[in-house]
Amino acid sequence: MTSADAQSVKRIEAVNDFVVKFANVNGSGSASANELFAKSFLRMGIPVSPRNIFPSNIQGLPTWYEVRITERGWLGRRGGVDLMVAMNPQTWDEDLNEIEPGGYLFYDDSKPLPASRFRGDVNVIGMPLTEISNASYRDARERQLFKNIIYVGALAGMMNIEPGVIAELIGEQYKNKEKLLKPNLNAFQMGYNFAQEKLKGRLGLTVKRAYNVGDKIFMEGNAAAALGCVYGGATVCAWYPITPSSSLAEAFQRYCSRLRVDKESQRNKFAIVQAEDELASIGIVVGAGWNGARAFTATSGPGISLMTEFIGLAYFAEIPATIINVQRGGPSTGMPTRTQQADLLACAYASHGDTKHPMLFPEDPNECFYHAAAALDLADRLQTPVFVMTDLDIGMNQRLTEPLKWDDARRYDRGKVMTHDELEAGKAFGRYLDVDSDGIPYRTLPGSHPKRGAYFTRGTTKNAHAAYSEAGPDYVYNVQRLLKKFETAKTLVPQPVLREAAHKTKYGAIYYGSTSPSMQEALESLEAQGIHVDTLRLRAFPFPDAVEEFIAAHELTFVVEQNRDAQMRMLLVNELNLDPAKLMAILHYDGTPITARFITGEIAERVRVLNVEPLKKGKAA
Amino acid sequence: MTYLAKPKLHHPTLRANKLGFTRRDYEGKVSTLCAGCGHDSISAAIIQACWELEVEPHRLAKLSGIGCSSKTTDYFLGNSHGFNSVHGRMPSVLTGANLANRDLIYLGVSGDGDSASIGLGQFAHLMRRGVNMTYILENNGVYGLTKGQFSATADAGSKSKRGIANTDAAVDTVSLALLMGATFVARSFSGDKKQLVPLIKAALAHSGCAFIDVISPCVAFNNHAGSTKSYDYVREHNEAVNRLDFWPARDAITVDYAQGDAIEVPQHDGSVLRLRKVHDGYDPTERIAAMNHLQQHQAKGEVVTGLLYVDPDPQDLHQHLNTVEAPFNALGEKELCPGSAMLHKINESLR
Repeated sequence: MTSADAQSVKRIEAVNDFVVKFANVNGSGSASANELFAKSFLRMGIPVSPRNIFPSNIQGLPTWYEVRITERGWLGRRGGVDLMVAMNPQTWDEDLNEIEPGGYLFYDDSKPLPASRFRGDVNVIGMPLTEISNASYRDARERQLFKNIIYVGALAGMMNIEPGVIAELIGEQYKNKEKLLKPNLNAFQMGYNFAQEKLKGRLGLTVKRAYNVGDKIFMEGNAAAALGCVYGGATVCAWYPITPSSSLAEAFQRYCSRLRVDKESQRNKFAIVQAEDELASIGIVVGAGWNGARAFTATSGPGISLMTEFIGLAYFAEIPATIINVQRGGPSTGMPTRTQQADLLACAYASHGDTKHPMLFPEDPNECFYHAAAALDLADRLQTPVFVMTDLDIGMNQRLTEPLKWDDARRYDRGKVMTHDELEAGKAFGRYLDVDSDGIPYRTLPGSHPKRGAYFTRGTTKNAHAAYSEAGPDYVYNVQRLLKKFETAKTLVPQPVLREAAHKTKYGAIYYGSTSPSMQEALESLEAQGIHVDTLRLRAFPFPDAVEEFIAAHELTFVVEQNRDAQMRMLLVNELNLDPAKLMAILHYDGTPITARFITGEIAERVRVLNVEPLKKGKAA
Repeated sequence: MTYLAKPKLHHPTLRANKLGFTRRDYEGKVSTLCAGCGHDSISAAIIQACWELEVEPHRLAKLSGIGCSSKTTDYFLGNSHGFNSVHGRMPSVLTGANLANRDLIYLGVSGDGDSASIGLGQFAHLMRRGVNMTYILENNGVYGLTKGQFSATADAGSKSKRGIANTDAAVDTVSLALLMGATFVARSFSGDKKQLVPLIKAALAHSGCAFIDVISPCVAFNNHAGSTKSYDYVREHNEAVNRLDFWPARDAITVDYAQGDAIEVPQHDGSVLRLRKVHDGYDPTERIAAMNHLQQHQAKGEVVTGLLYVDPDPQDLHQHLNTVEAPFNALGEKELCPGSAMLHKINESLR
């Protein structure tokens, strides 16, 4: 393939708005080079949204990193690829196929490839990366690692990324590591110079400084949720490694080592137990919650399955527990490295018997932080397990998000815990009595008072005073009170966010969690087509009254979600006792994050069909 | 007689301990187990041990799993918080409770189905972590509440009530506890209160993971000829390695032993274990020797009892995790929340 051929091909020309995808081999050290690339745009004030598309593997399998450069700040996955950086021969054909017509293929042409391996409608840019790297480095590992930095340099050269910005980032990364700093800077410069000299004008995708990043931060949802647990006062974390949640517990460890070590004694104000399995993780959380410490676990779908017996006990025995579910494709041998919102039903009704549990749905890392802290409060207030339902897309990708804030006047809500002094003063205590008519009883903590307030915790065979009872009326009293408590929860959970369309409309759309950025972008595209939709972003289950009101106010409401079975729609129909015809499912569930293009297409098509007037009987031609 | 309320009036001459509590103050609800059940004797031994040790009832938390043994936590220490949790999962719940408040005494009660069958994993991992607790396993080799199935501690060859021989190898919980790192390991017999009460006292005072396997015959399903967990079998085959006298730190030792008849093991909290030797040369501070002794004697069909192993200076989970002295459940925003200024710095580092 020569440059002469390329000139006859249509070229996508774009400034500050395109998608670059890197096809790499897992374990080849590409991750840090790719992150360097993504961050350089942020430093130039251009929003960016990168996504890891990785295998369940340590070394050898294909891995991709997709970067959307978007001056408008659309952080959802766009779909389509404008530039493919094809560094993995294994996936060459599928990578080539993914490029938009008029897009670009950047590859290592150290070894020539036959013309049959290219596409006629794609612009090809070759660069002898291996040759350059091998000529400059001796060590095999160095050759591999610096090859990655060399291509970042070349891309920077072609796209007009300011080299000073990259130098600054490399400088931060290798602060105090002089030995690594220089060779990295050199490798970058080598690639940059090559592009400047030999590849000028070959790429139609360029950037220029913008001012749209503001004070936003760039952070993974798992780290944000972990920090939320630190700020929210969690002292006990018990977990079992499972993708995509492991980095949450590890981030908690990291933050605690920095923020939760007592200065004087050098001892820890936290305990992290990597348990033998998820049964033990949740058992430890329940034990700590029973004894008055704030505790949480982070897991994913298969872990939830193992925890369900305990979740039921905690529901009936009324013990606080916070469970962060970073959702992925199921089952255990399923798609651990792919994203989904497919655990809603499994969590809403987790366990045997009549159970239901509050769930929170953060939309981004910023909300992961707040919802994690809020869940700890809610679990204490409601004395029940509370789920934070995030997913791989939010959890394991760095996302541009609003800076985190904390009000120093904020106090932890420890719920209804009767103290030693209250017991001493003779305040009546009945563990499962509904004293305040909100369904929430009072509890005591072990060790509080020598004579009063001790009680025996068990599942359901008890009366309102926690004495053993298998009597029907006692059981009914307790589980009816639990229903009342669930009603109370509606008023305590984060309320949904309403966005009204520019014009009055009969269409509504409900969405939640990681669908958020793509939904916002889709709404703009739909509006441009004259399709107006009011939206309600759900932030919690049980559904506050505003949800029912929203659905009632629209002829038809789309429910956009990332699972096969329309699980949120099922919950809405079931819990609000709705006519199913009022809710139309828009579903995306192949394991990749939902895109604005997909939502726009689906809603536009349905609206088109709905707007067609049916032909009247007997008048057919 | 579960439908009878327990009388609240106590005999006026009941002896009170130094805290002013009589044994009655350490009792719980009326047991619902079968008359003659070994478990009730263990409950009585726990009551006796706590009374003698002058434990403040509210400073002890009792946790259990599911099964006949796990029900007993309601039948002693009525002024203590109790938690009847999930089958086989008491160890994890107790671990969490212990992390939340290190200042309480933790007593876990479990059975052989609970600990050796469904809960073997949690049993083993609790010992590995060294959770500071007393773990009493009420071992009868059989499932009572579901009416007579073998559990994992039933010996191979022992017969069920219907005459069927067990073919699976038995899980030996004391060997496992030794292997997994428990720092106090004992075996006793529910029919031998003199042996059991001092063992429970010493275990409660031990500042690490203390495990007592108590053979506790099931009168309903496993007390027949052919069973190796019956009263008769255990009495005939009981081979105690030592007899324990426990001296709390505050008490002067008042009994003299002839030279060479006893070993003294001072504990971390200042209390003293005095072990009258029954087997010559048995040193309970030698873990590997204990394992050898157990294997050799169990192979002969003996039920080895007594204090098998004790580490006088044990480490526990809180030491491993280097946690602060204060109980976690007493820490508030001031101690736990890094505040907005720190968050501002964190934001800065993420740009």
